[in-house]
Amino acid sequence: MAKTSGVPFSGTKEQEAKLRARLAELKSVQGGLMPALQEAQEIYGYLPKEVQIIVAEELGVSLEKVYGIVSFYSQFTIVPKGKYRVSVCMGTACYVKGAGELLEECEKILGIKAGEITPDAKYSIDATRCIGCCGLAPVMCVNDDVYGRITAKDVKGILEKYN
Amino acid sequence: MKSIADIKAIREKMQSVVQMRTQGVNGKAVGPYKYQILVCGGTGCHSNSSAKIIDEFNAQLKAVGMEKDVLIVQTGCFGLCAVGPVVIVYPEEAFYSKIEVKDVKEIVEQHLVNGKICEQFLHGEAGGVKVKSLPETDFYKKQTRVALRNCGVINPECIDEYIAFDGYQALIKVLTEMKEQEVIDVVLASGIRGRGGAGFPTGRKWQFTKDAPGDIKYVCCNADEGDPGAFMDRSVLEGDPHAVLEAMAIAGYAIGAKQGYIYVRAEYPIAVNRLKIAIEQAKEYGLLGKNILGTGFDFDIDIRLGAGAFVCGEETALMTSIEGNRGEPRPRPPFPAIKGLFAKPTLLNNVETYANICQIILKGADWFKGFGTEKSKGTKVFALGGKIHNTGLVEIPMGTPLRTVVEEIGGGVPNGKKFKAAQTGGPSGGCIPASLIDTPIDYDSLIAIGSMMGSGGLIVMDEDNCMVDIAKFFLEFTVDESCGKCTACRVGTKRLLELLTKVTEGTATEKTLEEMENLCYYIKDNSLCGLGQTAPNPVLSTLRYFKDEYIAHVRDKKCPAGVCKKLLNFNIDKEKCIGCGMCARQCPAGAIVKTDYVAAGHKLPSYTIDAGKCVKCGACLPTCKFKAISKG
Repeated sequence: MAKTSGVPFSGTKEQEAKLRARLAELKSVQGGLMPALQEAQEIYGYLPKEVQIIVAEELGVSLEKVYGIVSFYSQFTIVPKGKYRVSVCMGTACYVKGAGELLEECEKILGIKAGEITPDAKYSIDATRCIGCCGLAPVMCVNDDVYGRITAKDVKGILEKYN
Repeated sequence: MKSIADIKAIREKMQSVVQMRTQGVNGKAVGPYKYQILVCGGTGCHSNSSAKIIDEFNAQLKAVGMEKDVLIVQTGCFGLCAVGPVVIVYPEEAFYSKIEVKDVKEIVEQHLVNGKICEQFLHGEAGGVKVKSLPETDFYKKQTRVALRNCGVINPECIDEYIAFDGYQALIKVLTEMKEQEVIDVVLASGIRGRGGAGFPTGRKWQFTKDAPGDIKYVCCNADEGDPGAFMDRSVLEGDPHAVLEAMAIAGYAIGAKQGYIYVRAEYPIAVNRLKIAIEQAKEYGLLGKNILGTGFDFDIDIRLGAGAFVCGEETALMTSIEGNRGEPRPRPPFPAIKGLFAKPTLLNNVETYANICQIILKGADWFKGFGTEKSKGTKVFALGGKIHNTGLVEIPMGTPLRTVVEEIGGGVPNGKKFKAAQTGGPSGGCIPASLIDTPIDYDSLIAIGSMMGSGGLIVMDEDNCMVDIAKFFLEFTVDESCGKCTACRVGTKRLLELLTKVTEGTATEKTLEEMENLCYYIKDNSLCGLGQTAPNPVLSTLRYFKDEYIAHVRDKKCPAGVCKKLLNFNIDKEKCIGCGMCARQCPAGAIVKTDYVAAGHKLPSYTIDAGKCVKCGACLPTCKFKAISKG
C-alpha cells in the first residue's frame, strides 16, 4: 500500500453496522462499487485497509479491485483528514493569482506537506482541484469555510481561527 | 402524476408570478407580489455567504411586516461572480453587487419600505459609472443567453418556475407530436456540435445511437467538468437542472433508451443537491419514470458521482467509471454509440449541449442556426477567469472575437497591466497571444491557431505570468491525472515535465527545446485517448507564441516575468540600504550579511545577499521599507 499516516484506525461498531447496511443495498446496483466507497468514506472520513476489507467482503469483489479504485481516484484517501481540513484550490484561475504561495505558506506554518496530516490529527492540507469559485480566486478553505481573494499574508490569521 | 393539462395549468398560474422578472414590465409590480428579490445561490456567491443574506432578508422583512408582499428567490449563477454576492430587486430590476449581510436592513428599509432604489449598492462598472440593471452592464450587453437562459432567473429548486418559463414544453411536444427520427432531424438540422470540447456534431451522435442494434440503450450526461478554471456546466446544473433532465428524456425518446445517467463531479455539492431535488420533483410530476405524462414512454435518470479523476471526462473512461471500475479509457472503435455503457449502445453528451436541446426543439433549427458562424452554430458559454475585471460566466454567439470577450465583456486586465495571453481548453488547450486577440472564437479558428474550444475555460493572463510556468502548471496537472494505461502518456508526459522543469530551473539548453517539441509530437501521435493526445498542447502553443520567453530561460537564464524562482536574483542596493537589518532577521538561510560599506547620509553599514546561500524564497522583499531589495 501507498503511504499511510501514523494515526491508528479507530472505527466504531456503529460505523461498521451502518456501512454494512448500506453495502447490502448497493450490492445489487450495477456499478455499485464507486458509490459504496463514497458512502464508506462519508462514514469513516477516509478509507483505511480495514474499511476496504469490509467493502470487498460485502460486495464480493477482491481487495485488489477495491484498492485499485481507491488509489485511482483522488477523492478517495487512505490517510485520515485532520479536525481542520485546510485546502488550497489549485485551479487555473487561482494558480495565476498566486494560489501556489498560499499553499507554501500553509505548509510552512503547519509544518506538513499537501496530502499530509499533523501527528496530533488536528490539521491536514490538501491541494485541491478547481472548486469553481473562480470569481473569488485565489481561494483556500478550512472545512466548509471559504476564504477568497486572499494573499499569503492572510494565511496565518485564517489558521489561527482554528485551534 | 400530472397530465399534460395539469402542466399547462401550472404554467399559466406560475407565469403570473414570474412575469415581473421578464422584460417589458417597466418597473411596475405585476402579479401577487409587490417585490421579488433574487439572490444568487451559485457556488461563488454561496461561498460568499449568500445563504446568510437570504436569512437576513427574511428576518428584516418580518420586522417590517412585509414578508407576504415580497418573494425571495434563490437563483443559480447570474454570471458576474467577480462582484458577488449579487442581489436583484424587481420590479425595478435594481442590480446590487457585493452585498454583505449588514446591508440587507438598508435595502429593506430604503428600497422596499420607502420605494427608493439604493444608489449606494448599485453595481459600478470598471470605469466607475453606475449602472442600474443587469442587462445594462457592459458585461451583459454583448451576451446572448441560450444555455444559460434560466440561470439567475428562476429558482432551480422549484419545478413550477421552470415550467413557467416553458419548461417541459419541448418534452411534451416531442412525445405528442414528433416521431423519433423527426427529433433527430431537428437536432441534425440545427448544426449543434458537442460543447464538451471536441465539437462532434450532436445530431450525428444521436443518429448513430438510434441506428445501433440493441434493445437496451443508455443516455449519459457528462458533468465531470474537470478542466481547472471552468465552471460552465456546474452553473447550468446549479441554475437550471431541469433543462438537462428534460433534454435527456428527449434524447432517450429519440434513440430508444429508458435509462439515463448523469456523471457529475463530487466536488460540486450544490449542483448534485439541486439535481437530486430536480429528479425527485420531475418524478413526482410524472415527467420522469414510467409512462411519462400518460404517453407510454418510460425514462428514468440516476446520478453517479465522480471521485476526482480528470480522465473520466473522456467518454469511454466515464463509462468505465460508471460501471464501477478504475476510470481508464478504452480503445475506440467500438464507439460508445455501438458499444458503450455496460456494453450497450450509449449516447453521451455534455451538460451544455443538453442545455441547448429544449430550445432547439421549441424554437426550431433555423432559429438556432441564426447564431454563430457557418461551421459553429449557436452560442458558447465560457468561464472567464484570471487577470480580468469581470470574472464570471459569459455566453456569446460563436465567432465573437476574443477581443470583445476580454476588453468589452471582461472589462480588460486590472491594475493597468498589459494583456499577455488567454488560455482556452484547459490542460488540453493552448494559449492565444495578444497578437491574435482578434481571432473569432469558434471550433475551427481555435484549432487553427493551436488551441481548442475545450469545455469553455477562458483564463486571462497578464505580463506578470510566465508562460513557461503556465505550461508547466498544466503539464503537472496532466502528469498527475494520466491514468497510466498507455506508455506514451504515462511516461511521455513525465519526461516532458522533467525537460520543462529544467527550463524553469536554468539547466536547459536550446537543444532541450527541440527535444521537448519532438516528444510533444510523439505523445500526441501515440496516446490512446484524448487526454494524452492533447496533453502537449499547452507546451506546443507556448513554444509557438512565446519562444522568446523560453529562449530567455535557456540562454540568458532569466525569467522575464519574475516567476521561476531558481532564475531569480535578489539584490540589495547598497546606496539605499540604511543597515537596519530587518531583512537579515527574516532570512531563513542566513544569506544576508553585513558589509563594511556605509552609504553617504547613512549611519550603519549596508547589507548584502550571498547568492550562494540564497534560497530565493523572497522573504526579505516585503521586510524592506526602503525599497532597497530588488528581484530580477
